[in-house]
Amino acid sequence: MATVLLPSSLVALFPGVGKRHQIEGDTVAAVLVELDRSVPGMRDRLVEAGPRLRPHINVFVDGQPANLATTVAPSAVIHVLPAVSGG
Amino acid sequence: MTKRVRLLVGTRKGAFILDSDVSRRDWSISGPLCEGWPVHDLIVEPGSGAILAAAGNPWYGPAVWRSDDGGGSWSHSSSGLTYGDEAEPLKTVWSLATTPDGALLAGVEPAGLFRSDDGGGTWRHIEGLTNHPTRPTWGPGAGGLILHTIVPHPSDTNRTWIGISAVGVFETRDGGVSWEPRNVGVRAEFNPENRFPVTGQCVHKFAMAAGQPETLYQRNHCGVYRSDDGSETWQEISDGLPTDFGFSLVAHPRDPDTCWLIPLSVPEQGRYMPDAHAAVWRTHDRGASWIRSDDGLPTRDAYLSVLREAMARDTLDPVGITFGTGTGQLWHSSDEGVSWRMITDTLPEIWAVEAVVLDD
Repeated sequence: MATVLLPSSLVALFPGVGKRHQIEGDTVAAVLVELDRSVPGMRDRLVEAGPRLRPHINVFVDGQPANLATTVAPSAVIHVLPAVSGG
Repeated sequence: MTKRVRLLVGTRKGAFILDSDVSRRDWSISGPLCEGWPVHDLIVEPGSGAILAAAGNPWYGPAVWRSDDGGGSWSHSSSGLTYGDEAEPLKTVWSLATTPDGALLAGVEPAGLFRSDDGGGTWRHIEGLTNHPTRPTWGPGAGGLILHTIVPHPSDTNRTWIGISAVGVFETRDGGVSWEPRNVGVRAEFNPENRFPVTGQCVHKFAMAAGQPETLYQRNHCGVYRSDDGSETWQEISDGLPTDFGFSLVAHPRDPDTCWLIPLSVPEQGRYMPDAHAAVWRTHDRGASWIRSDDGLPTRDAYLSVLREAMARDTLDPVGITFGTGTGQLWHSSDEGVSWRMITDTLPEIWAVEAVVLDD
């Protein structure tokens, strides 16, 4: 299972949900679908029509920039981060 | 039963709730709510009393927020708020309304309409509007291609009016299956080759006259208008106002001849209150004449703007009027717009104000 680490501003939208999750899936897209099963509505916060990651959402798999098609190894660590933007 | 007044305020940095007794002199403020998301509109669902907020977050996308405990806790959903994976993504939810049969309607950017029959948990695209033959010609206003105004008929569930910038007013009479542009008589000064097109008007806001569903008042980029035939034709009622421009307009809850609005300087001259002299204007004769009210408002150096959703009225007698500015000031009148007091000047940029009267 991959380890998924979510930002504070995201988990704040889902009361009671933690920042660290163990999720199965062989791509980022599959991991987010699985994550949405345990936290309904989570995928909509990260993925827009396309489907593609929202423009100001960054995902890193084992430290490398990723997109929905990026392969995820069973031991991977996935960081989900809001981009540095806004004001 | 004791009554109190609640103001729901949407800002660029979250929603706020202000409460007062019916004197409307002293207000408590709570917030920011909705995790600081930009909030474009707030309504209260009749019956349940739930608060609903139309929002869009630059990182986490569009959603409708809902609180069933008066703002203490919130949930959010955008399930079904999509045109599909092949189409342009939604940026934000701009407007909300309730229908007489208990559904919710949401207007979004890019412009379109969605319906929820489960209190905002899931949404269904009203395809008839998006599929209108004029859709390829729709162009955005300065705020984007947004569906910002939704006015359901108070009893006929098949009739709803919507406003899109910069496209105009549309009406459905068959529950959203088909839509007709309703812009006859409305100027589009920015289109000199055709000042009266079928669509392309920059409607900014419109409201229904109390007890007269066929009477609508419209605040447009180019003037102010009234329709007496359910929007099929519009008559200009701008004479007596200081400028052609402004965003906000609210109608009296009981007197169909009265509405309030706030003129602003034209966009190329700053979009603030004319001559930096703050004033709210009202008519008591369906727009035949206008009265300027500035008692209590700053009459110099007031470079204030008020956006389309940022003025509201309550239903008390006398009616209370509240408006919020682009610089975070909230002004209130508890005498139907004759005199004004500032509630606070420290909120974020105000985008929306709603006023409700609650029974304790």
